[in-house]
Amino acid sequence: MRYSAFSIVKNALSGNLDWKPAWRQPEPKPFYDVIIVGGGGHGLATAYYLAKEFGLKNIAVLEKGYLGSGNVGRNTTIVRSNYMLPGNEPFYEFSMKLWEGLEQDLNYNAMLSQRGVINLYHNNSQRDAYIRRGNAMWMEGVAAELLDRAALKKMLPFLNFDHARFPILGGLLQKRGGTARHDAVAWGYARAADRLGVDLIQNCEVTGIRRENGAVTGVETSKGFIGCGKMGLAAAGNTSRVGQMADLKLPIESHVLQAFVTEGLKPVIDHVITYGAGHFYISQSDKGGLVFGGEIDGYNSYAQRGNLATVEHVMEEGVSMIPGLSRVRVLRSWGGVMDMSMDGSPIISHTPIGNLYLNGGWCYGGFKATPASGWCFAHLIAKDETHPVARFLRLDRFARGYAIDERGAGPQPNLH
Amino acid sequence: MASLIHCPHCGVRPSQEFSIRGDASVVRPAPEASDEAWHEYVHIRSNPHGRHREHWQHVAGCRRGLVVERDTFTHDVFSVTDGAAVAREGGR
Repeated sequence: MRYSAFSIVKNALSGNLDWKPAWRQPEPKPFYDVIIVGGGGHGLATAYYLAKEFGLKNIAVLEKGYLGSGNVGRNTTIVRSNYMLPGNEPFYEFSMKLWEGLEQDLNYNAMLSQRGVINLYHNNSQRDAYIRRGNAMWMEGVAAELLDRAALKKMLPFLNFDHARFPILGGLLQKRGGTARHDAVAWGYARAADRLGVDLIQNCEVTGIRRENGAVTGVETSKGFIGCGKMGLAAAGNTSRVGQMADLKLPIESHVLQAFVTEGLKPVIDHVITYGAGHFYISQSDKGGLVFGGEIDGYNSYAQRGNLATVEHVMEEGVSMIPGLSRVRVLRSWGGVMDMSMDGSPIISHTPIGNLYLNGGWCYGGFKATPASGWCFAHLIAKDETHPVARFLRLDRFARGYAIDERGAGPQPNLH
Repeated sequence: MASLIHCPHCGVRPSQEFSIRGDASVVRPAPEASDEAWHEYVHIRSNPHGRHREHWQHVAGCRRGLVVERDTFTHDVFSVTDGAAVAREGGR
């Protein structure tokens, strides 16, 4: 059933009893041409583009929990393409362009809201760094705007401009950045992929990867053996665990990142704002809650829960930037497990195994990349050829010395 | 993550006093070792789900380097040992 204003009216008149489930619940077939391991945003997007753009049939997505039960449902929903390095910016801008047409393409309301992303700066050298980043964006054809203090005061009067230690001098704005409803992105891709015949198999945990003569022949799962022609891993957070099943050596550590949401408020924060004096970002959801987060906790973890010391630190950053936040009550906090790569940038790549492909290492920036990640990964799997905008994101860049270190922190995952 | 860590020198202290460098199982290769060996040391991590040995430093205490063994899923801490003592015994 195609969703439209007409379908809403029609179903309202019949008491909303005729809505069909958004996707099927198929039993796994014995063999698929392509199996995607991981039914999160990236896995579902990959399956969708494999079917739609590259014309493949007979695709399955295997998910150990329910669709979208990992990081696609646990992030702070920010989409942007304000990166600096040439290895990153064209890729994220490709993603931004896909976001802009996503809802029409999927026939699903992902509530994309291009409200603008503002990075604050607090001293002259930070301003210079942002000018450099803005110019790097312009060189890739992406609009960036430098805001001075007066312009910011007009837009964001609630900021702590005269903070004694970190006064706010201005910010870098990407107007096209914003937020999207994270769950709806997973559901939209799932529904669209299902409509193209992709089998979405939930509660199906991959327990082993079977190989013969150096090629993958299928997966052992909690629902039995499933054969495949090609396999794509899109299990960020647990990439090392599934990679280990195929003896992949990976430059990844799993870390926990927390996020927070407050009680619902009337509209108060119209943009996505990031603090330059610490790692803190905040926006307001359409439901009214302030959604915010900070840095990873800093230690290897596979637990989807974080540390109170980090909670305190994030709250302090928030109140330091917006003093009024101290009066708001936090409703919930949660943690997600991130693939922290050694240079802070993701991996979409061939692997040493010919018909096994890898998508991972998203650090805590995977949500915004969902459409481009799916598209480029599908391109790689379907054509056995790297997509031009993802050509820097290869796994072998670490051994070859071509790290994409946006932050300049070196091979130390807990610092990215 | 446990809130309290038993430092072998300072006793029970809050975990915020410590900084965490990461995986203690990787071993620095000889300077003339192959590029492959250096790549594995610098970049490749086993990233286990379960027991993990890490280099920590008690930065707000004795400032000694420590080796902490803990579980990356349950966050239980099994042992905290002085780094030099571990190195003397041939461990890392």
